[in-house]
Amino acid sequence: MSNIIVLPLIVPVITAILLVFLRQNIMIQRILSLCTLGFVIFISVVLLLEVQQQGVMRIDFSGWIPPFGILFVADSFAVLLVFVANIVAAICVVYAFFTIGEHYEKMYFYPFVLLMVAGVNGSFLTGDIFNLFVCFEVMLLASYALISLGGGKVQLREALKYVLINIVASWIFLVALAFLYGTIGTLNMAHISLRVMEAGADPLITTVGLVFLIVFSLKAGLLLFFWLPGSYRVPPTAIAALFAALLTKVGIYALVRTFTLLFTTNSEVTHTTLGIMAGLTILAGCMGALAGRDVRTIASYNILIGVGFIVAGLAIGTESALQGVTYYLMHDMVVKAMLFLAVGMMIYVTGETLIDNMSGLIRNYPFFGWLFFIMMCSIAGIPPLSGFLGKVLIGQGAIEGGNFVLLGLGFLSSLIVLYSLLRIFLSSFFGETILSIEDEKPLPKRIVLPLTLLSICTIALGIGAESMAPYVKDAAETLHTPSIYIDAVLNGEKWQGEVNK
Amino acid sequence: MKINDVILRTITKAIVFIILTLGVYLFFAGHHAPGGGFIGGLVLASAIVLLYLAYDIETVHKGMPFDFKKVAALGVLLATGTAIGSLFFDVPFLTQTYEYVNVPVFGKMGFSTVTIFEAGVALTVVGVVVTIILSISEDE
Repeated sequence: MSNIIVLPLIVPVITAILLVFLRQNIMIQRILSLCTLGFVIFISVVLLLEVQQQGVMRIDFSGWIPPFGILFVADSFAVLLVFVANIVAAICVVYAFFTIGEHYEKMYFYPFVLLMVAGVNGSFLTGDIFNLFVCFEVMLLASYALISLGGGKVQLREALKYVLINIVASWIFLVALAFLYGTIGTLNMAHISLRVMEAGADPLITTVGLVFLIVFSLKAGLLLFFWLPGSYRVPPTAIAALFAALLTKVGIYALVRTFTLLFTTNSEVTHTTLGIMAGLTILAGCMGALAGRDVRTIASYNILIGVGFIVAGLAIGTESALQGVTYYLMHDMVVKAMLFLAVGMMIYVTGETLIDNMSGLIRNYPFFGWLFFIMMCSIAGIPPLSGFLGKVLIGQGAIEGGNFVLLGLGFLSSLIVLYSLLRIFLSSFFGETILSIEDEKPLPKRIVLPLTLLSICTIALGIGAESMAPYVKDAAETLHTPSIYIDAVLNGEKWQGEVNK
Repeated sequence: MKINDVILRTITKAIVFIILTLGVYLFFAGHHAPGGGFIGGLVLASAIVLLYLAYDIETVHKGMPFDFKKVAALGVLLATGTAIGSLFFDVPFLTQTYEYVNVPVFGKMGFSTVTIFEAGVALTVVGVVVTIILSISEDE
């Protein structure tokens, strides 16, 4: 019994509710939300160290033994993601302090952010697939509110699309859950995994797996991403950065969990489909990023390339590829938040969105310009920044597994990412400066601070990769060998009998 | 033309108490039989909505000067509070407990912490339902 696992979910929820009562007092709201996120970061570090010592940990809610009750499971993969997600969320909240405006702060901005973070943490930690649905909904409901806060005309139009798509996806999720419960008769993830292995490559189970694939692809922006570029460009920068960093990653996390733990028996069908979808997502993302002239569009399509690349690693599925997936997921959260913050700041200082209308920003804001440069190198995967190791490991996995098409596509996409961002850099940061000293909008240090913090994160994640290695290795091992997870949840030998029966 | 709603108002005065009683009954019945915080809360909320229909928003607000968003928040706080309370007793999260107590007039009665949790659920439902109805009716 380790109640600490539930804290990343419950503490943000309770703070969010307390903040509702402190609606008028913005200062307290800011301090409390930052403290909460800091506390969750601290808890996740403690958890990470505990998991290394004790192996996969779990907490059975009100003492109901699995598979009968709901439980939270902490393995290295989930805890690492909780750790990075909360760091990124905290930095985005700091950016919101200085930019989002009083109007938002009084319309329950911080409670919604905390609820969304609670949903994200819950999705990472839960060990029950229906509970995963509930945590998804908590996260999505908060995101519906965040995307429509402010309520301009364009914003409401895109928000409506976003809400409709997600409601349909949630409905399919529910249908898939019903199918799953009908065929397997359990909702506990470890127990599902056990029963699926027992049944072997059953066509019915594969079909259910493919329905889950559709659901999570919609949420992750894998191939079914038509809603994403529109929705992510409308909200204010701080919210867009949070969405870009966290929401699609939760979808990817669900895909990874589903196709490493639950549906593993018929991998010719499921993993091949995943591979094809990942390849197509990378291609489509590259085309979008190359064709875009609006910085926000280019940034949105860059998310898709990242999604495609991570899922390619999942489709390859060897242990080193899964290590790469873990590294790259953490890296992607940090850099996508950076990308959206940087793009938001470019729009803030110039008032323009098209790259052709900006020029010579690096002369006006040299520090900001070089931060953009660091981010660009990091996304493209240039060592020693954080993107490098993930790419290398996924590449290594692809060679081991013989998936040369995905390998080629993945590394081609790195070049295109670099090109698309270099285009922004050359046309907007270099060249003749358009803004004269008098027109120059001041860019206070506190607004640049979050971007600086994220740059430090990406550098630390790249240089400190060696010290992260044991945790990432453990995460990949647990993903690659589902029996570790199942043993931890179902108490080992007790359930071995059921498989042999 | 003003609609004559004398009948509605007269009946509402009596009916509201019946609905409220039913709501409270369902709330307590939920411990061992069908009912509970969610259903009880819905019934309680329907009484308030009926009041809004029969009278107008200002009149009802004079009698019940609550911000229903805060009622909902208070409900969630109660529910999560009992859940997190279990952490301080070193038992698994969400664990509930009960005790039989001899009360003077009523005799032996069972008290459980689940009731507090359910009260939280009921308050949340009331708060959310009334907030939804009010925000739909206010934007015309």
